Amino acid sequence: MANIELKNLHKSYGAVHVIKGIDLEIKSGEFMVFVGPSGCGKSTLLRLISGLEAISDGELLFDGEVVNNVIPSKRGIAMVFQSYALYPHMTVYDNMAFGLKLAKTTKQEMKERVLNAARMLQIEDLLERLPKQLSGGQRQRVAIGRAIVRDPKVFLFDEPLSNLDAALRVATRLEIAKLHHDMQDTTMVYVTHDQVEAMTLADRICVLRDGIVEQVGTPSELYESPASIFVAGFIGSPKMNFLTGKFADEFNCDTLGIRPEHIEIVDEDNSDKLWTGKVIHAEDLGSDNYLYLEIGADEPLVVRQAGKLKIANGTKVNLRPQNANLHKFNQQGKPAL
Amino acid sequence: MSNSSLENGTKHRHKTSNSLSLQQQRVRAAFWFLAPMIVMLFCVAAWPLLRTIYFSFTDTSLTSLYEGEWVWFKNYLSYRELSSGRVIWRGTLADPAWWNAVWNTVRFSFVSVSIEAVLGILVALVLNAEFKGRGLVRAAILIPWAIPTIVSAKMWGWMLNDQFGIINDALLKIGLIDHKIAWTASIDTAMISVLIVDVWKTTPFMALLCLAGLQMIPKDVYEAAKVDGVHPVKVFFKVTLPLVRPALMVAVIFRILDALRIFDLIYVLTPNSKATKTMSIISRENLFEFDKFAYGSAQSTLLFAIIAIFVAAYIWLGKVDLGGKDER
Repeated sequence: MANIELKNLHKSYGAVHVIKGIDLEIKSGEFMVFVGPSGCGKSTLLRLISGLEAISDGELLFDGEVVNNVIPSKRGIAMVFQSYALYPHMTVYDNMAFGLKLAKTTKQEMKERVLNAARMLQIEDLLERLPKQLSGGQRQRVAIGRAIVRDPKVFLFDEPLSNLDAALRVATRLEIAKLHHDMQDTTMVYVTHDQVEAMTLADRICVLRDGIVEQVGTPSELYESPASIFVAGFIGSPKMNFLTGKFADEFNCDTLGIRPEHIEIVDEDNSDKLWTGKVIHAEDLGSDNYLYLEIGADEPLVVRQAGKLKIANGTKVNLRPQNANLHKFNQQGKPAL
Repeated sequence: MSNSSLENGTKHRHKTSNSLSLQQQRVRAAFWFLAPMIVMLFCVAAWPLLRTIYFSFTDTSLTSLYEGEWVWFKNYLSYRELSSGRVIWRGTLADPAWWNAVWNTVRFSFVSVSIEAVLGILVALVLNAEFKGRGLVRAAILIPWAIPTIVSAKMWGWMLNDQFGIINDALLKIGLIDHKIAWTASIDTAMISVLIVDVWKTTPFMALLCLAGLQMIPKDVYEAAKVDGVHPVKVFFKVTLPLVRPALMVAVIFRILDALRIFDLIYVLTPNSKATKTMSIISRENLFEFDKFAYGSAQSTLLFAIIAIFVAAYIWLGKVDLGGKDER
């Protein structure tokens, strides 16, 4: 159980200002995901919370207590690193028990805790192996197991899935979701650049950009009412379409955003039709079709069509955006009133 | 015309691919790449070695290099029974001077390599830490290693000089000694002098190899240890040392090889001191100064054998991984 508060947090490396004043509250037991493009400061922010990096300015509170100058091991945290960070010369068991040996745990208790964690992650058969004898997915499980064994108040994940292949990534993602379900008292902070991971795992997402918070909210809040063009473009796949010029003028805004799944193809004689476009490319993903349409805007308009609808390149189609799902932005990239 | 040349072309191609498989072509290419080095090594290493071993079984002398006769093990060990019934053992293996040299060499190697390994690790740990001017310090620490041994031996010889040396002067002024010590000449301190200079000279080399090993250790392992709250001393013994061990073992092998055949430093710093005569020194004496060429060859051969045994035992006992199979 730990409530984490960030108050006007800053981090600079020499003249480089990386974290530029972040205010955020992570509630006890919450799964918070930091997401953003590379270089946005999300990993740095996690390392500030872990204590591996010193805070330049501002306050970090755990349960109302300032922990700015508390060393990592005294913060009640456990961390899972992108590159696993296993001790290469120790067996899986020793890797998981190494941190416990210092915490004055009895041998029996230590063994129980390691075995429990191993059972949770189904790595009981691997306890005697060395990290180099494990696959990437197994190594990451051991790293997660090592964190579980510490019974932390706060669980920190630094891009734990980036080094895994696509299939394993989905499987391990599920594992982490289950972990959150099983450890409801543990606050989890998770860093990723992958918005799908963020959407699927998070209770709340914090979108970062250039060291400041763009928006904090539940996945559906971010999807349905993004607070800026940046968030609108970052959350959702395929990316939201942004139209400017005459397309936006019709809706009295500077930029009009519409997600590919919110555009319908309508008949020629439908009075609601709005845009006409030519198919220039189609991607068939099996369950969905992504159509790239030339409608006279700067970039092709992407339309997501469920099912097996086959439309040949060069075909002219009529389009109608769903009015309820339009996102209007002003010149500053903020939602237009 | 064009038809026949085309046919020729196909035939030719067929011929090459039939006569040499891809594997054979690779082997042949590899052979040609290796050949110059094999020839070179044979000329500068194998041939002199074989010649030395051959000489050691003859009675060759420096003045008659090609007229030596085969005498079997006479240079190593032989005995003669006198008419009085007394047995006299001869040869290197019965020569107290030789065993003194063996003992000196082994003692020197063991002590110097041990000290250098410990100091090397310590220096490497310092150099591995991040601080301002690290690049400069890294370069500066290499200077002793870069100075030719003859120069540094001469330099230290003057510093250790009993009459005018700065070391005696400094120790006197501090009050650690009450009379000047003949560091390099005295039988009690000659070995210590040699050890001091060798440690000073070779610690940088050790440190550099250890540093390379340290930098192979992923940084996040240390961060994991930090989060686990492992005490730095324990991190060193349980994490750093096991992980740097392969590099350290290889560095120690290099140093043992070097130390067992030490010659130049001692030849310049403490010539003719019984306390520091090593196997190389004594075999050179016999080869070129005492005109016992075959006898010196026997000692050289023994030196070669001893180094080979030491290194083989070290690799075997330490399970040193020279092929890099142990890498993650």
